[in-house]
Amino acid sequence: MTLRRAARRFLALLAAAMLLAAAAPAGAAALGRREVLENGMVLLTAERTAVPIVTVSLLIRAGAIYDPPGKPGTASLMAQLLTQGTTTRTAPQISEAIEFVGGSLTAEAGQELLSVSLSVLRKDLDVGLDLLADILRNPTFTPADLARKKQEVIAGIRRDQEDPGTVSYQAWRALVYGNHPFGRPVEGTEASVSAITREELVRFHADFVRPDQAILAVVGDLGPEELKGRLASRFGGWEPGRRTLAVPPAPPLLAARSVRTIQKAVTQANINLGHPAIPRSHPDFYAVQVMNHLLGGGFTSLLFTAIREERGLAYDVGSHVSAGKIAGDFNLSLQTKNEAAQEAIELALAQIRRMREQPVSAEALADAKAYLTGSFPLRLDTSRKVVGMLASIEYHGLGLDYVTEYPRHLEAVTAADVLRVARTHLDPERYALAVVADLTKTQLSP
Amino acid sequence: MPGLTRGKESAMAWSTKRHTHRRGSAALAALLLIGLATPAAAGTLAERVFETTLANGLKVLILEEPKAPVASAQVWYKVGARNEPAGKTGLAHMMEHMMFKGTPTVSGKEYEARIQRHGGMNNAHTGMDVTAYYVDFAAERIGLGLELEADRMAHLSIAEQDFQTERAVVAEERRLRVDDQPAQILGEVLRATAFLAHPYGRPTIGWSSDIQGWTRDDVAAFYRTYYAPNNATLVVAGAVKRDELLPRIRALFERIPRQPAPPPVVTREPPQQGERRVLVRKEAELPLLLVAYHAPNITHPDSYALSALAIILGGGESARLHRQVVYETPLASYAVAGYNPAHPDPFLFGLSAGPLPGKTAEEVERALDTEVERIQREGVTERELMKAKNQMESEFIFSQDSVHGLASLLGHYETVASWRLLDSFLDGVRTVTADDVLRVARTYLVPDNRTVGVLVPVTPQREKVPAAPARPDVRGEPTELPVKGGCQ
Repeated sequence: MTLRRAARRFLALLAAAMLLAAAAPAGAAALGRREVLENGMVLLTAERTAVPIVTVSLLIRAGAIYDPPGKPGTASLMAQLLTQGTTTRTAPQISEAIEFVGGSLTAEAGQELLSVSLSVLRKDLDVGLDLLADILRNPTFTPADLARKKQEVIAGIRRDQEDPGTVSYQAWRALVYGNHPFGRPVEGTEASVSAITREELVRFHADFVRPDQAILAVVGDLGPEELKGRLASRFGGWEPGRRTLAVPPAPPLLAARSVRTIQKAVTQANINLGHPAIPRSHPDFYAVQVMNHLLGGGFTSLLFTAIREERGLAYDVGSHVSAGKIAGDFNLSLQTKNEAAQEAIELALAQIRRMREQPVSAEALADAKAYLTGSFPLRLDTSRKVVGMLASIEYHGLGLDYVTEYPRHLEAVTAADVLRVARTHLDPERYALAVVADLTKTQLSP
Repeated sequence: MPGLTRGKESAMAWSTKRHTHRRGSAALAALLLIGLATPAAAGTLAERVFETTLANGLKVLILEEPKAPVASAQVWYKVGARNEPAGKTGLAHMMEHMMFKGTPTVSGKEYEARIQRHGGMNNAHTGMDVTAYYVDFAAERIGLGLELEADRMAHLSIAEQDFQTERAVVAEERRLRVDDQPAQILGEVLRATAFLAHPYGRPTIGWSSDIQGWTRDDVAAFYRTYYAPNNATLVVAGAVKRDELLPRIRALFERIPRQPAPPPVVTREPPQQGERRVLVRKEAELPLLLVAYHAPNITHPDSYALSALAIILGGGESARLHRQVVYETPLASYAVAGYNPAHPDPFLFGLSAGPLPGKTAEEVERALDTEVERIQREGVTERELMKAKNQMESEFIFSQDSVHGLASLLGHYETVASWRLLDSFLDGVRTVTADDVLRVARTYLVPDNRTVGVLVPVTPQREKVPAAPARPDVRGEPTELPVKGGCQ
């Protein structure tokens, strides 16, 4: 996948739903068990005994959209500091403890969610859970750690600016979402990160990192009762939060076409094109998945065929519908030599129009649905994938029978549905276009 | 499904990972060829893997692994950038692209449609030593993957029009992956400098002018020479039954004729006799430092201790480089070490660090040197050694969780040496002592054996001004750069 890093970071957390773009074999059992602990934390478990490992995914509604006003990057910086010191452990003590047993423990923020991941060998589960609970409940955000991490984050933000794909994608998001929180980079800007204070991090942690907003998914070589015993001592005393959290409203649709071009001494034009689309809960979700697969989702898509296979204009070309809980968007991206930018954009728009105008053939529709359902087992073939699916199903409220429900939804999609959702949810007139290129060579029409 | 990376070439790394996940250390470690720890083995694969060689020389490996109802079929050809003649760099990777263009009976479009129709996921990658193709399916459909692989091993169409279009695609791929990525350019230049004679100095994706110079006949000749059953390994892992699979494999593949053995790569890199330094001056935000020492490959017993050394030095946040250079005295936003011995010929042991804003590559290099010298003086602790061994063991156990990953490991090791090394490697690692680590640190991590590369950011405004170069040299040695190792 050469989806740009920025897009990937966004998709990883927000659009885990897209991983669900697949279906289960008929009659498959529920993917795992669910229960709500006393403090409000939702626990999902699945036993997987083939390999002596345990993987944990913890999602908390504490992503970048909850950043304080004027302080983009707070959620991300907070997440990165979780592993950098607690009331009883320094950063080196945390990394030494997890790395000595060959495990991993990471925390990062996405647009909507904070995501903490733990992987350990079965025999080292206590080590891992001790650390997991400690970093969530007792981070200290010391001034020294904060100062150091800020510099690291700023270095990362600056290095991202070296990647024309990232620059283009960020510019595109800013056009699509305007001042809405979704328009800001998760990691913030150099200026905003510099200005974040310790007090803001402490407050953000207190407000958002709390069990009643948490989903804990555990997949591994142990049963749910044993696991609950191990969790009780570590998470039992974790108090739910009191503050009511305000969820940002969905962003508005675009009123008109908007274009941003950015000059950079590069050999390729990095192009992002698209607009707001549907959230995960929208009833058209399944039809949109099928439609997007046909338009730009694979090696047989309209975009891939027209721009890469027939014209050789790009290596990486495709489209994606990211459907988060709060918002979603449609993104088409490609990179082509500067001189071909205008031609490629026109070809891309032509495919969108074709999708809106021509009904899909019965064969192509059947193939797309067969792919999306038939590849389902491959979406669940490792512990890490299962744990991610469990957490995502819970976040989006899909139910543990989702793996059997999904193919039914998908099978119900008709050619008429595909045409309808293309006309409803694709817009070849009102879209945002961002191009990072050597503009002296692109000859873009306005 | 955002995966549109048909024809990925792992330009720098052996790594088959299709993307690097985290900004900073991971992305930049990947840049320099560096798979972090080597896959260690648990001594059990020999009992689980069925191995046979067909009459035409095709090696077949089957691993019955029923824990998920999926299977991976992979064909690994023993060919990569290492095998390309001068002037034809990138041809192995171009060959890989052309493998998706169809046969007389299955067009390129039909190939993709069939896989999609059966819910398969497929792709390929080219490295310095290998070209690998995979199809992952729900297990009961794996036969389709085998049919398609057999067909294109024997009957690939190589049409002039397809060749021309695909060459343009590869040119775009080079622009995307290398030309507009300052860090990737540094990695390319560093490799070209570290290797004077051996083809490991050449970029896997090919130099731009070579890409423009290939012909359709080059591809056809390459296909005949290297895409032969006796130059390939077929690996199938997953919820399959060997007794059912093997007759099918024989029926599909055994009739493909054997070809004369491809010409061996005879060039050996001469010992390096003095440090080499190279700058890349390019529009960028921050400097970048890469240090590469020549190091032996997996057939050498020192590879075990070097693998441990890489982890101790730069295998995580608790490792020495991160601890000192990122945490204690923050000079860099990341500092890592990497070593992957899984190559048929000796390759490199690398260090990589990204200076923080306001810090210079020179300062960071000095700090890396300090840590290397400390190990050479004081050695490593027993706990550090145990941590490295634990990490290699656990990495192998985690790799068992994915049949695709397991099949990839088997295919890769068999192609560069032998899949049985997966078993013996961990045994070797277990025997490593602190004295061994000290010895290999003193033997290989010496200045005369290394190439240092620095990315010097140039702002657009200053581009035409002959600004004073950053001085990566820290010991008062001549700053004049050695002549770059030639590959052109």
